[in-house]
Amino acid sequence: MPMDWIYGLAGGLLIGLAAAVFLLANGRIMGASGIIGGLVDGTGRSNAAERLAFLGGLVGVPMVIALLMGFVPDGAVTANPLLLGAAGLLVGVGTRLANGCTSGHGVCGISRLSLRGIVATCFYIAAGGLTVVLFRHVLGVI
Amino acid sequence: MRTLFAAISGGLFGTGLMLSGMTDTRKVQGWLDVFGNWDPTLAFVMGGAILPMAVAWALTRDRSPLLGGSFPAAPDPRLGHNLVVGSVLFGMGWGLVGLCPGPAMASLSYGGPSVWIFTLAMLGGMLLAPGVRTRLDVMASAA
Repeated sequence: MPMDWIYGLAGGLLIGLAAAVFLLANGRIMGASGIIGGLVDGTGRSNAAERLAFLGGLVGVPMVIALLMGFVPDGAVTANPLLLGAAGLLVGVGTRLANGCTSGHGVCGISRLSLRGIVATCFYIAAGGLTVVLFRHVLGVI
Repeated sequence: MRTLFAAISGGLFGTGLMLSGMTDTRKVQGWLDVFGNWDPTLAFVMGGAILPMAVAWALTRDRSPLLGGSFPAAPDPRLGHNLVVGSVLFGMGWGLVGLCPGPAMASLSYGGPSVWIFTLAMLGGMLLAPGVRTRLDVMASAA
């Protein structure tokens, strides 16, 4: 749709604002995988309250918006449990190995010209692109 | 106060993800699908997010965080095998379904059971990651 980029830009500015608040107020890098992962493997126990509060906002505010606007799942996400399980595992292992995902390496890393953030972003976009090409255009499963 | 600002940041993040269309897996896979009907939205989201953050990083100079403590150290210049292998694995999973950690959490309440299955598997992957890291380090030092 022609208006999509405006929503994309506006939403992107909000994402950047969120990361700026977390950095300037709490002194922390807003990386979704790091915030979740530290709770999962126990490395973030010392600031668990801050992590849980962030996740509470991240899950809760969209929930309220979805309720107010009457969102219903539109079936965009695949229902194939094998694909979902494999993708989830890959994302979980990969983001923790790489120490970051789209928010940490992409938004927070690139904006401070971190070489690690830039390299990570190049690799995950390239890997994602090749995966979509292979599974969509060659194998036809997604 | 730290938890309040963390919750505000999380709420803004979730709202931004929702508004930008990044919780719609079709748009994410559409961005990655350069040989199909390519969707440029993600580039606008990334660009929009990087702008305020670049300003924020500039503001950290010679200051300390509002709520105390210190700002993150300068980025580590070393790349390493874990960064590359991890990013490739992450990218594969991202492409397969079109979800990454932030949008998965933001759409937990309205994305249906698929998002829950993905998220549970992701948490499992995060539990396995330290073991995988140890093995990769052993392999890398042997190579």
